[in-house]
Amino acid sequence: MAESTYLPGLAIRDSNFLSPPRHTGLVRITHWINTISFIGLVVSGIAILLAHPRLYWGETGAVGTPSLLDFSLPFVLVGQSGWGRYLHFLSAWVCVLTGLLYAVSGLFTRHFRRHLLPAWADLSLSSISRVAWNHMRLKRPTEGESLTYNVLQRLTYLTVIFVLFPLMIWTGLAMSPAITSVFPLLVNVLGGQQSARTIHFFIASFLVLFLFVHIAMVCVAGFANRVRAMITGHVAAGKEPL
Amino acid sequence: MSELVTRRKLITGGLAVAAGASGLVVAGRLADRYGLIPPDHGGIWGVGETLTYAAQRLLMSHHSLAREFSRSQISKVIPVNGNPPENDAYQRLLAGDFADFRLTIDGLVARPSSFSLEELKRFPSRTQITHQACEEGWSFIAEWTGVLLSYVLNLVGVRPQAKYVVFFPFDDGWDRFDSLDMPEAWHPQTLLAYGMNGQTLPAPHGAPVRLRVARQLGYKSTKYLSHITVTDTVKNIGKGLGSSAPEIGYSWYAGI
Repeated sequence: MAESTYLPGLAIRDSNFLSPPRHTGLVRITHWINTISFIGLVVSGIAILLAHPRLYWGETGAVGTPSLLDFSLPFVLVGQSGWGRYLHFLSAWVCVLTGLLYAVSGLFTRHFRRHLLPAWADLSLSSISRVAWNHMRLKRPTEGESLTYNVLQRLTYLTVIFVLFPLMIWTGLAMSPAITSVFPLLVNVLGGQQSARTIHFFIASFLVLFLFVHIAMVCVAGFANRVRAMITGHVAAGKEPL
Repeated sequence: MSELVTRRKLITGGLAVAAGASGLVVAGRLADRYGLIPPDHGGIWGVGETLTYAAQRLLMSHHSLAREFSRSQISKVIPVNGNPPENDAYQRLLAGDFADFRLTIDGLVARPSSFSLEELKRFPSRTQITHQACEEGWSFIAEWTGVLLSYVLNLVGVRPQAKYVVFFPFDDGWDRFDSLDMPEAWHPQTLLAYGMNGQTLPAPHGAPVRLRVARQLGYKSTKYLSHITVTDTVKNIGKGLGSSAPEIGYSWYAGI
């Protein structure tokens, strides 16, 4: 069909757009949907926590029983845990469904194997510590380095995707009396409903820490170009490395 | 651009959107028919709320029991949220040790009835030690004794078109009414409780009779019960959201 032909001259000028994208369309779309839902989860999670800013271990916990962690904050009971919960569950559904789409397609398109699974050779202590040292010095990646992920990035992303997010879902479900009436093991192996709540908080903190480090590293690597790559799939021609 | 819009893509895209939209309509009809849409399904929050409610309703069966615990696990500290109602009707009954108390049940039932506390206590009782979490975040374990709501519903004869059981307390605070869907009302752990930790239910915990809904957050376990109505719709009660909880921003379903 005529619509699907293109002029060779145009193609040469836009060669950057014809090279394989840095990030596939599905990765880009799920990345930004998850960004929005993750912010929704963090904001609403804080709103819920503020109603009772104390963490306990075991099955039960309340004012008058020993707490594991007391934030020494006033109990905020102005209704924010109501919209907080509505927002938390709406965001959680968006996050989980998008995450599932990402994870399943990542397996089928070999995204995880090709881009995130570290090479055996890179898993040596010297290799990891060299990359970690580069990160700590805030060393900007070279052009070659910015086209792929180093071993530290790969291990971090794999941990976030396959350990931290599943743990968040697990501990979240373990707090539900309805879900645990069907799967009591979900909460029993964690040591109780309050333990699930406490673990949920700490894993969330790790994820927020990841978010901050992730943004900091994007800034070091060249904020505009990296964000452009995650939106359009491509970096600006001739601007890499920054 | 590398991705050119072809006529074929437009047609397939249009068909996909149409199929998706009609699929959603059909799914909505089916979900409503099988009782998978909560009364507070409207608005932006309603999407997440409906997904959670539908998913948990499909996952749970009549036999999915909330975890039960041993006597040694009963909490030593059991906080109280809110004070007993201050209205004259409740205070008079409290002063008279609830001798004149009647729990009325009407609506879509064959035999509208009212029961005294003594009558309720003469029915077969169930005692269960369960965990209760407050939506605020704290929780406790306590032993509850009462008559199964299902026993009382069978006595009065629920009509087949019933969809909700609505509970009205003596309360004059935020908790003016609440409701359960039929699966939760028939559930073998849903109690009309009059005893707590081996004692008569104390006033601050909902005397003389409170609801106990073991698979949901504490606020669904309505205290100070006065009147129960079986109905096929909650649209005409309050703002039509099934409970006074959604009217102040808390979800109707709290299986979490």
